[in-house]
Amino acid sequence: MTPVHLSHFTVSSCLGHGLDAILTALRQQRGGLAPCRFETVRDLDTHVGEVPKVDDFPLPASLAEYECRNNRLAFLGLQQDGFSSAVEAAIARYGRRRLGVLLGTSTAGILQTEQAYRRRDPNTGALPNDFNYRTTHNTYSVADFVRRWYRLEGPAVVVSTACSSSAKVFASAARMLAAGVIDAAIVGGVDSLCLTTLYGFNSLELLSAEPCRPFDVDRKGISIGEAAAFVLLERPGESLDANAVLLLGTGESSDAYHMSAPHPEGLGARMAMAAALRSAGLQAADIDYINLHGTATPSNDAAEGKAVAALFGDRASYSSTKGATGHTLGAAGGLEAVISALALQHAFLPGGINTLHLDPAIPIQYLTANSELAPRRVMSNSFGFGGTNCSLVLGRAG
Amino acid sequence: MAYPTTTMLNGWIDGIGVLGPGLDNWAEAQATLTGAADYEPRPIMVPPPVALPPPERRRVGLAVKVALAVAQEAIAAARLDAKHLVAIFSSSGADGDNCDAICRVLASEDRHISPTRFHNSVHNASAGYWGIASGAMTPATVLCAYDGSFGAGLLEALTQVAVDGVGTLLVTYEAPHPEPLHAKRPLPAAFGLALALMPQKGPNSLARLQINWVEAPLDRVANPGLEALRRQIPAARGLPLLQALARGRAGRVILEYLEPLRLAVDIQPCR
Repeated sequence: MTPVHLSHFTVSSCLGHGLDAILTALRQQRGGLAPCRFETVRDLDTHVGEVPKVDDFPLPASLAEYECRNNRLAFLGLQQDGFSSAVEAAIARYGRRRLGVLLGTSTAGILQTEQAYRRRDPNTGALPNDFNYRTTHNTYSVADFVRRWYRLEGPAVVVSTACSSSAKVFASAARMLAAGVIDAAIVGGVDSLCLTTLYGFNSLELLSAEPCRPFDVDRKGISIGEAAAFVLLERPGESLDANAVLLLGTGESSDAYHMSAPHPEGLGARMAMAAALRSAGLQAADIDYINLHGTATPSNDAAEGKAVAALFGDRASYSSTKGATGHTLGAAGGLEAVISALALQHAFLPGGINTLHLDPAIPIQYLTANSELAPRRVMSNSFGFGGTNCSLVLGRAG
Repeated sequence: MAYPTTTMLNGWIDGIGVLGPGLDNWAEAQATLTGAADYEPRPIMVPPPVALPPPERRRVGLAVKVALAVAQEAIAAARLDAKHLVAIFSSSGADGDNCDAICRVLASEDRHISPTRFHNSVHNASAGYWGIASGAMTPATVLCAYDGSFGAGLLEALTQVAVDGVGTLLVTYEAPHPEPLHAKRPLPAAFGLALALMPQKGPNSLARLQINWVEAPLDRVANPGLEALRRQIPAARGLPLLQALARGRAGRVILEYLEPLRLAVDIQPCR
């Protein structure tokens, strides 16, 4: 594919608001997971990655109908790192119709519906009058909110493929840029804590009681997090700073295997990674670091481990940053693309935290400490429920 | 490097699948759409998802069954193998019955939700079951743009066709939500529409499509019953396109997308 420039990016997660917060935490190998006290949840023994002060960022009055945790988190995220200034500059360059909004989410504002169901009319069963399905619950609401906030008039869509959602938007946006449909895109993902995912993963017995331990022999499952990650994608200009980060390739596939279990040999994952390398015109040996999907469930890590070992062997370094951020589900692809971009710009590889005893059955060079090895090209993996896989290849311009 | 600056995208339609109230399949729907036969609204008749293994067959809801049925019909008509096609699913609300069941449990004293309910709650359940049913390990994308979901799906599908040069199956579908959600999002019936889109003209091509976005008045469907479907169900926003294809004449239809944009589709029949 034709490379695409990540001209501006930001991320807010349980590690804090904006890039400085996450960079500092990663440098210090500090995590943001804490025992779950979210909403009315008192009966789940698990840790979550809650973004601090989401409730302190109410939406502007003009967009009050979009009020819900997911859109608040989106709004908080948009206000970090000068992201809005970068969007306004892109609007000035290209026009409101040439800027796309392509975001990933898995549950959008469903928390609003969960709460509305508790407030059903005792006589009629009706949901309360103040509940607005379109602007909160509906999967599209977060892209609609962002499009309305910047008064954009171009294409917009939400990709909702569970945990690969906000990786796949990079692929969609790159195609739209290549086709000339748009000149720039706001991509990324927003997913927020809700009862559906907490109790749902609990029913699948995939929640870890302790902060998650990716690739640890004693890993016990995931820690759910939330995040808002935004990236402005544009075609590369004439002269790029050596520190500029480019999206070099994207690869997508489907497991065609099971709704909630990965292909045991990681076949779909391997196909997505191979497709991303082909798309970037690179060989496996060209990749210095892989930010693993690494959810810390026994079967996911085993399958991904087989897939990366088969393709990259011990030539690359690997880690999952979910020990620090939790699994932010539909926002994970965007969050981890930003972490990968930070690794490229700041010349370090983030070690995974909480992992004490690497699983000896997975023969890869998993980093449990930060490395000062400056990567030139990295891969970020995102694999979702239903077997929807996406791998991104990012590289430095210089 | 010079980049194109228009939004013009091309593709060929090789197969169509449709399922809705009074529209059992594309072969029969054509007469209704051209006005050669009366439109008789009646409850949707959904074929069982026989391509799924029995355990999965028992687990899928109406929305997924509709999606799989039209996907299968479009592929069969085009004489294509799903294993070679990229798939794009686009739905505003996906499985409302399942969502209602989960929200009821979460609002109760005992919040234990069934694992099947949970894995069916993802917006991409249709794509996951399609992969299992068809064995296709090709990329699958799942989109939502509320009432613009059909337009968003068509734009994404033709972008894939044009940029990657791959055959692409677009499946757009909807199923009604039960109360109390229905009052907040009234979708009167289930509806599915699938298009097999190819980068080159082939022996089974029905028409060439070219899309662009415009500001222009929407096309409607003359028949009041079909027009009601178009207006009320996001997946049925594609009915004016199906009507033009049924008539087999060259022309342009304007479809709903996202305000202020509409999608203009120029149609050139192949036979």
